[in-house]
Amino acid sequence: MGYDFDFSFLASYAPDLWHGVWLTLGMTFVSIVPGFILGTSVALARLYGGRWLAGAATCYVEAIRNTPLIIQVFWLFFGLSVLQIYIGSFLAAVIALTINVGAYTAEIMRAGFQSIPKGQIEAADCLALGPVQTVVSIQLPQAVERVYPALVSQFVLMMLATSIMSQVSAEELTGVAYMIQSFTFRGFEVYLVIAVIYLAMATLLRLVLMGVAQVSFPRRRRLGTPL
Amino acid sequence: MLGLTIEQLSYMLRGTGWTIALSLLGFVGGTLLGLPLALMRSSGSRTARLLSSAFVQIVQGIPLPVIMFVVYFGISIGGYNVPALAAAGLAMTLYSSAYLGEIWKGCIQAVPKTQWEAGECLALTPTQRFVNIILPQAIRIAIPPTVGFMVQIVKNTSYSVVIGFFDLTYSAKVLNNSTFMPFTVFTIAAVLYFAICFPMSMIARRFERRLQRT
Repeated sequence: MGYDFDFSFLASYAPDLWHGVWLTLGMTFVSIVPGFILGTSVALARLYGGRWLAGAATCYVEAIRNTPLIIQVFWLFFGLSVLQIYIGSFLAAVIALTINVGAYTAEIMRAGFQSIPKGQIEAADCLALGPVQTVVSIQLPQAVERVYPALVSQFVLMMLATSIMSQVSAEELTGVAYMIQSFTFRGFEVYLVIAVIYLAMATLLRLVLMGVAQVSFPRRRRLGTPL
Repeated sequence: MLGLTIEQLSYMLRGTGWTIALSLLGFVGGTLLGLPLALMRSSGSRTARLLSSAFVQIVQGIPLPVIMFVVYFGISIGGYNVPALAAAGLAMTLYSSAYLGEIWKGCIQAVPKTQWEAGECLALTPTQRFVNIILPQAIRIAIPPTVGFMVQIVKNTSYSVVIGFFDLTYSAKVLNNSTFMPFTVFTIAAVLYFAICFPMSMIARRFERRLQRT
């Protein structure tokens, strides 16, 4: 194969790549917290919400989990522009990611809540804790502890999924790559570099999130207790 | 109908057909590559385990659109002008083999060790033990997560839009550009995806419950 690899674009486009990395990471971190809160609320709604609320929560989870992210993003982004609401591609991406990851988090957290022994809730009742107190200070910490590895995997997958946001003209890493290859015609090299960067980011994100767990859970050996 | 003409709707249905075709291609390819991967992941050889786990780690750490681009440009620098279907099919194969290999490795390991030992006591050769004792039990465990992952495959074929493969997402994008009715067009696309994925999700869940009961 007489192909000369040429990675010289790396020097001249390094600032653009760096910018793309930050935008990708920014999108990820900005979506994780609201996504987690949304997912946990939906999980609670499915478990304790009564018939209508639980039904609505189930519909949301199934609708999101059975359609592709890119269709959800297009629906939101192009839909809003027809309604003449302009929120910019970053905000649109974050909203879409939050709604998307919320549905997956809801399923993970539901498994977490269901895995808590009944005795814990009864004990909380005996200590005269209210329902809100029981959820917040008894159930939530234990549930998160149990499903933490699954949550980390989901958030890493979400970071990888941000790569589709270049389709709605967000200039994240994949968008930058597309820009560079259209200037240099070095598509293969550009995307090889991008692949390595994503690989590094995925590994790093996983390490950071696992590190957070080591610090924040006192019973750290219990992390990922089989359900 | 719904503000779209019959031609436009049938255009989307044709896209759906290609989505299904690419999904099948990805699943078949993923199976062909994923099976040896699962065997390597659970084999006794250290090198095989290392190589296969490196492959899985690498593929799982790269976004699918980027894999699509790498494959697409990678084939074209060889001087071949490939149809997008081939590039997308190869990318889906790589992607799904990594996940399927990992799922099936788990299923093989989920068969109790005593089964291997019992096979050994009955003087079965390693191949016989694997084919006649372990595999039938592993397959039973593997069905629910495999069907579940097929849903992922169908959804993720939508990423092939980045290399210009004509599928349901692509057709919806084209229709939106020409009609300016994003809510209608993308809702129909979502409903079509849902119609393919939701039954499979339900089947996966039913198989899982049946497995838990036994």
